[in-house]
Amino acid sequence: MLLVPCPWCGDRAELEFSYGGEARVAYPGDSDALADGEWARYLFFRANPRGRFRERWVHTHGCRRWFELERDTETHRIVR
Amino acid sequence: MRFRFDGVEYGAREGDTLAAALVRNGVVGGFRSPYRGRPRGVTTRDESEPSALVQVGARTLVRATLLPVVDGLEAEPLAGKGRLVPAARRPLESVYAHCDVLVVGGGRAGRVAAAAAQGRLVWLDGLRDEPELTHGRTWAVGLYDDNWVVALERERRLWRIRARRVVLATGATERLPVVPDNDRPGVLVASAAAAYEAPEGAVVGLSGGWTPRVALWSQARGRLRWDERIAAPVPDGELPGVECVGSATGAGLPDAPAWRLVAGDEDAMFVDLERDVTVADLRRALRAGLRSLEHVKRYTTAGTGSGQGKLGNANAVLVAAELLGVEPGELGTTTVRPPYVPVPFPAVAGRDRGALFDPVRVTPLDAWHAAHGAVWENVGQWRRPRYYPLPGEDMDAAVARECAAAREGVATMDASPLGKIDVQGPDAVELLNRLYTNAFDSLAVGRCRYAVMCTADGMVFDDGVVMRVGPKRFVCTTTTGNAAAVLAWMEEWLQTEWPELRVWLTSVTEQWATVAVVGPGSRDLLTPLTDVPLGRDAFEFMGLREGVVAGIPARICRVSFSGELAFEVNVDGRRSLGLWEAIHAAGDVTPYGTEAMHVLRAEKGYPIVGQDTDGTVTPHDLGMGWIVSRTKGDFVGRRSFARADTARSDRRQLVGLLPDALLPEGAQVVESPVAARAIGHVTSSYHSVALGRPFALALVSDGRAREGTRVWALAAGGTIEADLVGSVLYDPEGMRRDGVPV
Repeated sequence: MLLVPCPWCGDRAELEFSYGGEARVAYPGDSDALADGEWARYLFFRANPRGRFRERWVHTHGCRRWFELERDTETHRIVR
Repeated sequence: MRFRFDGVEYGAREGDTLAAALVRNGVVGGFRSPYRGRPRGVTTRDESEPSALVQVGARTLVRATLLPVVDGLEAEPLAGKGRLVPAARRPLESVYAHCDVLVVGGGRAGRVAAAAAQGRLVWLDGLRDEPELTHGRTWAVGLYDDNWVVALERERRLWRIRARRVVLATGATERLPVVPDNDRPGVLVASAAAAYEAPEGAVVGLSGGWTPRVALWSQARGRLRWDERIAAPVPDGELPGVECVGSATGAGLPDAPAWRLVAGDEDAMFVDLERDVTVADLRRALRAGLRSLEHVKRYTTAGTGSGQGKLGNANAVLVAAELLGVEPGELGTTTVRPPYVPVPFPAVAGRDRGALFDPVRVTPLDAWHAAHGAVWENVGQWRRPRYYPLPGEDMDAAVARECAAAREGVATMDASPLGKIDVQGPDAVELLNRLYTNAFDSLAVGRCRYAVMCTADGMVFDDGVVMRVGPKRFVCTTTTGNAAAVLAWMEEWLQTEWPELRVWLTSVTEQWATVAVVGPGSRDLLTPLTDVPLGRDAFEFMGLREGVVAGIPARICRVSFSGELAFEVNVDGRRSLGLWEAIHAAGDVTPYGTEAMHVLRAEKGYPIVGQDTDGTVTPHDLGMGWIVSRTKGDFVGRRSFARADTARSDRRQLVGLLPDALLPEGAQVVESPVAARAIGHVTSSYHSVALGRPFALALVSDGRAREGTRVWALAAGGTIEADLVGSVLYDPEGMRRDGVPV
């Protein structure tokens, strides 16, 4: 079980957290300007790399803080 | 000490394992192999034992080599397969620990590592029980990410340990040579034969070399390489925070005997005794064309017993390599997975069983419901009254009576499990505007609004009532089972997309109790109990008032989930029993449960998120286009309503069904009794007292255009015909929400 670094609570066990998927997928500011296909990319398409991946986590059973970290999807190691 | 094995009594000495005591008593056989029924006996003195497996009461597949004899022990031999005994066992323990250094193994290398350890030390060994160990007879069974170690102490306590550094001093285990009849009773690995006090000539010791215990290293994704000198895999490369020392690395182990496959009866040359796998079986697998060790393992089942092939896996590699004419190192090894030794399920469960497996949430009125005969329904983790049967009543009779009371008199429901989120801050209106489909600028203090929130793809996520309790303060109610998810959803958008908004979110579900007082008589019943004017003009529909009810400070909402005149009274949960009892003392009041609530709301066509919706339903599909603001700015889900798929006309829409008989929920709806393609499905189905007939809600493709047609629902054994109608079946004009003369 991973030790996940919460920016407020420090290293805590993985089971206190929820996974939030790829980081930095911003909500489009002017969504009306987007074609359906571009809007669908925001809704449904996410990167799934082998190797380093920036992703979001939330300390669900702790302070409820959302944060980003980088993890290697191949070794499962969190790169701090 | 005395013990019984297979019905015969023997003596044992303090500190004996069952295996040691059996061998000393001259019992070198006593076991059978699982598939071929060959006689077997104790073969080793550690966890690699393949044959001497016993049942002790409810404990199964216990290795005699690991079982200390206690006075009166009764053990039955097992032939490779366990026997589950459905016995009530007392709960086993589950314990957490943290340490700077975890040393696995109490041998020479483990002692050195433990002596050198700085900070908090956990030091365990599966076989030894010496007092300097922090945990004797404790197996580390799994080594997971970031040095999370699971360890089983004396088969009754499961440790979950987080260690800064792990030192694997796990040593090595001796294997049998692959020779004909190497499975005969009395043939032991040499170190076991030397250690046991067998009668003269009863046993013979053989050695096929030593195999380092690399299971934990391998589980943690440490690499292995084949060491030709000892003819076994050893740790290779590095793992952060994990160190392998002593003979677990292969260092100091004797050279393996020169390897060659001896001539002889290959069908009696055993590679995995626990699975009765021989050299002949391996030869068959390779002749069938299998090359990968993983495939050979699955084909022959070598290494798939409860011991995971600890005794024979290295031999399987040697034999396969020779038969294929390759070097053993070219074959690799099979994947090692936890647990290293079998772990009883009760140890995994610990105390998390029975009532502690999943906590039951109860409202402050739970004891009253129980005392009044409530039949329960689980809603999420909440225990809620489903109905309150009177003597002689079944569910249908009780629900019919409760529904009639709500439509004709006064009825109360404990609505406390509704999720409640307190939303405060100067930007609270803006946050709600962006998360709900409705606009909130126009919602005055002292008013409520029914509201829907969607996910970004435009699908209904939750609904509830939003109360404006102050200029900068709201209380949002959520679906009972969705309260935590809605809070998390709001928090996610607030933190990750709109951190500039000054809003604070707090769950207040358990601080407030909610009593719904429902029915045409509710106004007259409550009036003497409160200082709040309840008249039709003084307290309008969707109004919110603060005042006192039965002497208790209260927030009253004039909302209705039944179509009848209703008041939802919110009070401090600790005082709610006083409120509930005062209401029941004030007149002829019928308590009703979730079943009647469902009938009442479905008669009005009010959907339940999660029952009538399933994540593929938009507000428009529910016939609630009116709730989607066209004038306020952007909100979550808005853009998706213009997607081609969301805007098409033949989406499944919520409709009512008037069937000839009660429909099963989930039933497929078809256009004709012989149609093969479903056009929809039934989402809610009840018997209506008000309508005097069964009815249902359904999601049907292009449903609103089909109103007035006949459809069929598939039920067990045939079809049931139904009229497809609008979803509001009772009081469609909404005449009753302000009350009618009783």
